[in-house]
Amino acid sequence: MNPKTLKYILKRIILAIFTIWVVITLTFFIMHAVPGGPFTSEKAVTPAVQQAMEAKYGLDKPLSQQYFTYLTDVLRLRFGPSLKKRGRMVIDIMGDGLKTSVKLGLIAAALATISGVVLGSVAALRRNTVLDRIIMVITTAFVSMPSFIMGSLLLVAFTIKIPIFPANGTTRAGLVLPVITLMLYPMAYITRMTRSSMLDVLGQDYIRTAKAKGVSRMKIIFGHALKNALIPVITYLGPQIAYITTGSLVVEKIFAVPGIGGAFVNSITDRDYPLIMGTTIVLATFIVVMNLVSDILYKVVDPRINLE
Amino acid sequence: MSAKNTGINLKNLSMHVNMDDFIPATEKEKEYMVQMRPSTTAFKDGIRRLKKNKVAMVSFFIIIIITLAAIFVPMLWPYKYETMLGNQPGRPVDASFNNLAPFEYSTTEQKLMEEGQKIFPHVFGTDSAGRDYFIRVVYGTRISLAVGFFASIIVLIIGLLVGSVSGYAGGKVDMVIMRFVDIIYSLPDMLMVILLAAVLKQAIGNTLEGTPLAKIGSNIISLFIIFALLYWVSMARLVRGQILSLREQEYILAAQAAGAKGSWVIRKHLIPNCISVIVISTALQIPSAIFTESYLSFLGLGVNAPMPSLGSLASDALNGINSYPYRLVIPAIVISLIVLSLNLFGDGLRDAFDPKLNN
Repeated sequence: MNPKTLKYILKRIILAIFTIWVVITLTFFIMHAVPGGPFTSEKAVTPAVQQAMEAKYGLDKPLSQQYFTYLTDVLRLRFGPSLKKRGRMVIDIMGDGLKTSVKLGLIAAALATISGVVLGSVAALRRNTVLDRIIMVITTAFVSMPSFIMGSLLLVAFTIKIPIFPANGTTRAGLVLPVITLMLYPMAYITRMTRSSMLDVLGQDYIRTAKAKGVSRMKIIFGHALKNALIPVITYLGPQIAYITTGSLVVEKIFAVPGIGGAFVNSITDRDYPLIMGTTIVLATFIVVMNLVSDILYKVVDPRINLE
Repeated sequence: MSAKNTGINLKNLSMHVNMDDFIPATEKEKEYMVQMRPSTTAFKDGIRRLKKNKVAMVSFFIIIIITLAAIFVPMLWPYKYETMLGNQPGRPVDASFNNLAPFEYSTTEQKLMEEGQKIFPHVFGTDSAGRDYFIRVVYGTRISLAVGFFASIIVLIIGLLVGSVSGYAGGKVDMVIMRFVDIIYSLPDMLMVILLAAVLKQAIGNTLEGTPLAKIGSNIISLFIIFALLYWVSMARLVRGQILSLREQEYILAAQAAGAKGSWVIRKHLIPNCISVIVISTALQIPSAIFTESYLSFLGLGVNAPMPSLGSLASDALNGINSYPYRLVIPAIVISLIVLSLNLFGDGLRDAFDPKLNN
């Protein structure tokens, strides 16, 4: 690895750490800007009880001190107890949710990438045929459809009109529709990306040379064309994960999946501030790290690329 | 040069004048010189290319039709989006208005019709509170389009200002602004948007009471604030990139040599030359703003009730999805149609006006 690449990677890591710090700081100050403390929404309490509560959670200390306690707590993954789910810690709620969400997200991401690459390559190799047209029309439609619309329509179609799947995401069969909802947009995007980069690669001189040398068609497609055409797809890895993460917020709401996204959405309507803070920080860190990984991978795979 | 050489050259220099070249042109020859087509400007050229693009033109007409409908239909329609038809002052609540199927009439309306009165049909039926669903969808479309449009304008203004200053100033100013942009750019936008929307809803709600802004609703205002805070960065990056490349052109140097000030150069030379790129990305910003608004409305963080938006209509429909799936399908189709046609039209604009894509 040349020093320039190393320098770039270092710079990106520093930016990522800084971004995460900004997220943590922002969530702290945004939450403190909310009118009324976390205890005002409950029934009226005597000033003494109020004071005791605030002392217990450290809310009576100066803001700067609260901020530093908060910062160290976050670094040790201590997000405190949930305000609305009595007796449960935020970190436990998130841990439970993450198990389901990660499974859901990984399956969706893997399926989206595989089917996107296959469809995109087929469209490129059969360029300007009916098959290519059909693939492009369908993917255009999928790219324009927000995930919550797609999810709701699938819900209507396959749990009410043709009841194949249960509408409840707690069971294994209930996870099929959420996975499909989450994968359709990234799949369509990857298909379009693969198609255009594949067309670009197929027009290169080295493909013609390989053909002239009599290399078999399969070897050209897999050994020469696809390998190079997939480089841009790597850049989409980060945004794809980010899309699936935020997409899962509504999808988990629609299909009642007990994941971290659903917990986040519920925490907003419940005004469960520690849970809002915890989930925002965890999800944001995840997205920032995935973007970082995808950027670095891209640079390492193809050192010709100048990202500056 | 020696005299000898000159002499030789002079000796070789002879004038061969072909007298045929000086004969006046015949009428037929003159015809070749007639301008067949008036010269075009880059703008006219772009419009011509855009008109040839069928997909973009169809999308354009769909957008125009939807926009006109969203503006004028509420003026002509006999029902209002917030009127609960069963709740008339001085009368007991008439529940037969609630949850009507498309083109169905309530018992009260049926009686009136038997008496010979004409009742305007509920084209999409009514919702669970007895409000005419068609006008709610039309009004929701109006809200979604307006939010998308104004949010894009906000993004355009801030992005243009910051980007042009950063690009033109260069040096330390540019570096500071760009690091700032980098950080906002790498924030996970949707999460931050949801967080801000959840908090701003609480924070502004009380301060707005009694001001004219209260009519728009705290949620829409917080939506605009979010766009002003987070979404300008890509526009700023784009404008800066354009200006950086244009700044090195000779005509800028000429303007500066003639004593032009920075703001003059930006306004008169730089911005007009990157205007097409800016217009296109503003056009493409509108569907993404509409998308964000509907996403937030779907999560219950969008417009204030009883005002509808396409996202909140879809979200409300989820509750009665078993019995009334069409209430979800209708706003879903409208929103997809708007986003799709805006995207396709934006792509068409880019193909037609972006000179870099011409080859």
